This record gives sequence, C-alpha cells and structure tokens, in this order.
Amino acid sequence: MKHLTRTRYFGTLASLAGLLGFAILLALLVGPSGLPIADVMAAFFDGDHAGPANDIVRRIRLPRLIVASLVGASLATSGVIFQALLRNPLADPFILGVSGGAALGGILAISFGAAFGLGYGAVPVAAFAGCLLTTLLLYLVAGRGSRVSATTLLLAGVVFNAFASSAIVFLASLAGLMESGRIFIWLIGNLSSARVDLWPWLAGFLGLGLACSLPLARGLNLLALGDETAEQLGVSTERDKRLLIAATSLMVGAAVSAAGLIGFVGLIIPHLLRMIVGPDHRLLLPAAALGGAAFLVVCDTAARTLLGGRELPVGAITALVGGPLFLHLLRRSQGRAFAAGRTT
Amino acid sequence: MTDPGKRPGELCFDDVALRLGDRDVLSGASFSVARGEVVALLGQNGAGKTSLIRAATRHVRPTRGEVRLDGRPVDSLSRRELARRLASVPQDIHVPFQFLAGEVVLMGRMPHQRLFGFESATDLAIAQHALAEVGIEDLADRPIDALSGGERQLVLFARALAQQPEWLLLDEPTAFLDLRHRIDVLRVVRNFAGRGGGALVVSHDIGLAARICDRIVVLAAGRVLADGTPREVLTPDLIKAGFGMEAHILDAPDGRPIVVPRIAG
Repeated sequence: MKHLTRTRYFGTLASLAGLLGFAILLALLVGPSGLPIADVMAAFFDGDHAGPANDIVRRIRLPRLIVASLVGASLATSGVIFQALLRNPLADPFILGVSGGAALGGILAISFGAAFGLGYGAVPVAAFAGCLLTTLLLYLVAGRGSRVSATTLLLAGVVFNAFASSAIVFLASLAGLMESGRIFIWLIGNLSSARVDLWPWLAGFLGLGLACSLPLARGLNLLALGDETAEQLGVSTERDKRLLIAATSLMVGAAVSAAGLIGFVGLIIPHLLRMIVGPDHRLLLPAAALGGAAFLVVCDTAARTLLGGRELPVGAITALVGGPLFLHLLRRSQGRAFAAGRTT
Repeated sequence: MTDPGKRPGELCFDDVALRLGDRDVLSGASFSVARGEVVALLGQNGAGKTSLIRAATRHVRPTRGEVRLDGRPVDSLSRRELARRLASVPQDIHVPFQFLAGEVVLMGRMPHQRLFGFESATDLAIAQHALAEVGIEDLADRPIDALSGGERQLVLFARALAQQPEWLLLDEPTAFLDLRHRIDVLRVVRNFAGRGGGALVVSHDIGLAARICDRIVVLAAGRVLADGTPREVLTPDLIKAGFGMEAHILDAPDGRPIVVPRIAG
C-alpha cells in the first residue's frame, strides 16, 4: 500500500530546496548590468571584496531574491490551504479576491496611515486585516453549507476584485501624483519596487503562517474530504479552519504589502506539485512553500531580463502562465467540481 | 435500580428531538443498541434516519434529548475520543483531489495518531487488514475518484473499520452495491458485532435487514414506531403504518420473515 514514507518526505523536500538554491544562484548571476560571473561569485562569497559588483549583488540582487522567495512561498502555501478548505483546486488568493482585499487594506494604510502617525510598518498589518475581512466575507457569501459551489466562489472573487481595484483607483486619484504612482504599482505585482526593507515582516508572517498550518496538515487532508468526514474522524473543524484562515491571511497580507498583486502563483504551484508529490498535505504544504519560492525567483529573473534594460512586472509573467492553466482546470472541472457544487 | 439508558455497553438515543428551520426532523426518538448487536434502522425517506446518525457523530446538536455512549453523553467526549469509539460510514463522499483509496483508508487512523508525523507499522497493518476484510486490497493504490460508487462505498467502510471503533454507524452502506457485495458487507458487520462491537445500519432494504439484523427499529415522522425482532416488527399492519404500503409476510426456510410488497393493478 502506497503511503507517505520518511524517505519520500525528506527526499522531496531536499530536492525542492536544492531547486530553490539553484534558482537563486542562477538569478544572482544574471541582470541588466552584465557583471561577469567571476565578479558575482567573488561578491557573494567574499563580502570584504568592495566595489560596484559587491553593491549590485549584495544590495540589489540578493535582497530582491529573498523577497521574491518569501512572496512566492507565501502565495503558493496559501493557495494549497484555500484549495483544501474550499475543496476546489481552482481556488487561489488572487482569483478569490483575497489578495485584492489585502491590497485595499494596505493602500488604506498608505493613504491615511500618515495622518495617524503610522509608519510603513502599519501596511502589512492593514493588509493582513484586509485579507482576513475578505476571507470572512467570502465565507458569508459562499454560505455555511457542506459544499461550496465553484461558480459562487469564482463570481464572488471577480466581484471582490473589481470592487477592490475600483476602490484602489479611487484612493489613487485622491492622492498626490507621487503617491498615486506608488499605489498603481500595487495593482500589477511587481518586485522592482518591492519594499525589500519589509523582508523581516514577510519572513515573520510566513513563519507564523507555516507554524499555524503545518501541524494541521493531516487535518487538512480530512477537511478536503468535507467537514462531516473530518468531524467524524476527530478533527475540530471550526477551530482548525479559524487557524488556517488566520495563517493564509498573514501570508497573503505580507506578500501583497511587499510586492502588490501577483496572481496565479497559488494556482500553478499547488497544481504542478500535486501531480508530482500527490495530494497529501503533510508533504504538499512544505513542498508548495519551497516550490513557490523557486517559481517566483525564476519568474522575477525572467521579468528582469527578457526585455533587456526594461523590466516587466512579475505579475504579468505569472498571469501569462497562470491564465491558460486556470482555463484548462476550469474546463476539466466542468464535469467534476461544478457538478459537485450542485449536490450536497 | 439504575436507569436503563445509563447502562454501560449501550449506544442510547434518549428522547432525541431535532428541529431544522421550521421542520421537526426528529420529535423524541428513543432506542438503544447493545454491544454484540446489529440493529437496522428503517423508515421512509425523510423519517429522520440520517439525522439520528448525525446526532450520534455530533454533526448536529439535538434540540432536546441526548445520545449516550456507554452511559456518557457524546457531547461530553472530545471529538478525537468520540472518533476512537464510534465510526460512521457515509452514503458517499466527494473527493476533490486524487487521494489513493489506501490513503483514504489510512485516514481512519487519524484519531489514534499524534498531531504530526508518519503512519506507524501498526497503522499500516490495521489499514491493510481492513482492506482485506472488505475484500478490496486490489483497490488500495487506485485514485479514489477513479472508483465506481460501489467501490468507493467499500473504501469508506474499510476506513471505518481502520478506525477500530466500538460502535459502527452505517448510512445506507449497500445502496450502490451488487447483491454479493451487500452480503459481504453485512457479513463483516456481523463479525464486528461478534467481536463485541455494536452496529446500527440505516437501510431501505427491508429484506436484508430482516435477514441479518438482531433487531429492527422503524422510524416514522421523527419517532420510533416499532422496535423489536424482525419477526415482531415486520407485520402487515406495521408495514402499512411505517411505509404506507400493503405487504405480505412470508416465512423463509430458516424461519426469518420475508416482506413481499403487494402491488395494486
């Protein structure tokens, strides 16, 4: 009988960690300044080696890669949790409008925080609150029934997103020119203007989110089979769901406040990994954290280099990959998730 | 004299009433299942059978009355404790991800496991044994969403056995099964009772209930209409009262009753 063994668990996670390390190393080597590889290596491994190479590698490329990894890990892990809780492989923080809620929260803090003497540190906290509120609203709309219809969820997500974008545009119009530029950048995910100084917040929120969700991974397997099944097997469903929603809100809030709205990472990575490692959340959750980190590092490197000197927003790249995948999953689910949405 | 409802060794439904919205689903149902016994719960659609099971698994909270396990109200047990003692087999489940049948059976070990970690050799042996008892070892490595409704029902049954409970609740366990597998499942339930467990089987199949159950409880309009041996319960008058139809009662060669519906025209 196939089951999750120690060898498979640690082997998979070690391979993914290796992949992430490889992606980071590769990303360090390329960039518009065209530094020779030897200089990059020297700057990376020998910090005393002063000069422009040292500045570029240690002050520009490395911090950005760290933020990309943390954002990718947060988004992919949240995607896995949303999909299990809503019992639908189409769920993703961006598609559900939860990221939009986080962005609105964060931008409210940017626009009005200063008036209350709040610094930029208030932004991740406000984004977390926006995310939490949107998720709760989503649960209200979707109802407390035993099975949430995919159609309802997707429609609610579309509407939340439209509402959040409009509110953000409205706030941007009220703000001064400088501010409005900063606000608009949030609407399409971007790491070039990422607040790299936020990385301790990001790391902390991701760490807390993982600390809440990893111990509940086995329960998440059962929640994915439905509340009634989970309860019959001893899971305290309401408590676990609350913790998991708090975990996703922390992670999405932090990711959005650092890099704006980057879509589809929470859809692409869980889908890919489920095909490789299977659906067991004990392995899938940490695997998604590592895989999501590696994926966003690669996407951001593409965003930095594809157009030569000019940068693409990384959100455009993830959407180019994620959009078609979403449509493919949607088409395949017509006969399954949609049909399931109708029965109880 | 001790209150019979508080006796240890019993799954006791005591005056269970349940109101959902403005409808009384259950209006004071009382009966009990003893260890070693297989009891059939019969009744028309909407009589409240599934709601009684959900009250026992604490999925719904009765508006009045309580369900007791060995004298203790199920509400006083933690969910994990309850899941170690009582397992329930649902009619069917929808699995949105590609779990393997074997993985679903292993999930039955959840109430016995620590919060985090891997399955122990004991867990694997118990799950393997449950698969073998139901006769579906060959399904273990197949994705559950690729199985037929009947096969999935057998997997859920194996999962309940892997829970190693003292009490087994089955909600239409044979709805999707062919005749041979129905008999197989009911034989396993009989063996379970033979080992000292108690089983409550919700069914629409009066014939099978009469053949394998020790007692039959008939539910009508949220109350117990009859409770007794198949011979006592299955009379033409009761069939008319409980199911709204005319029937002949014949004798099988082994003396158990056979219900033959009378079809007008």
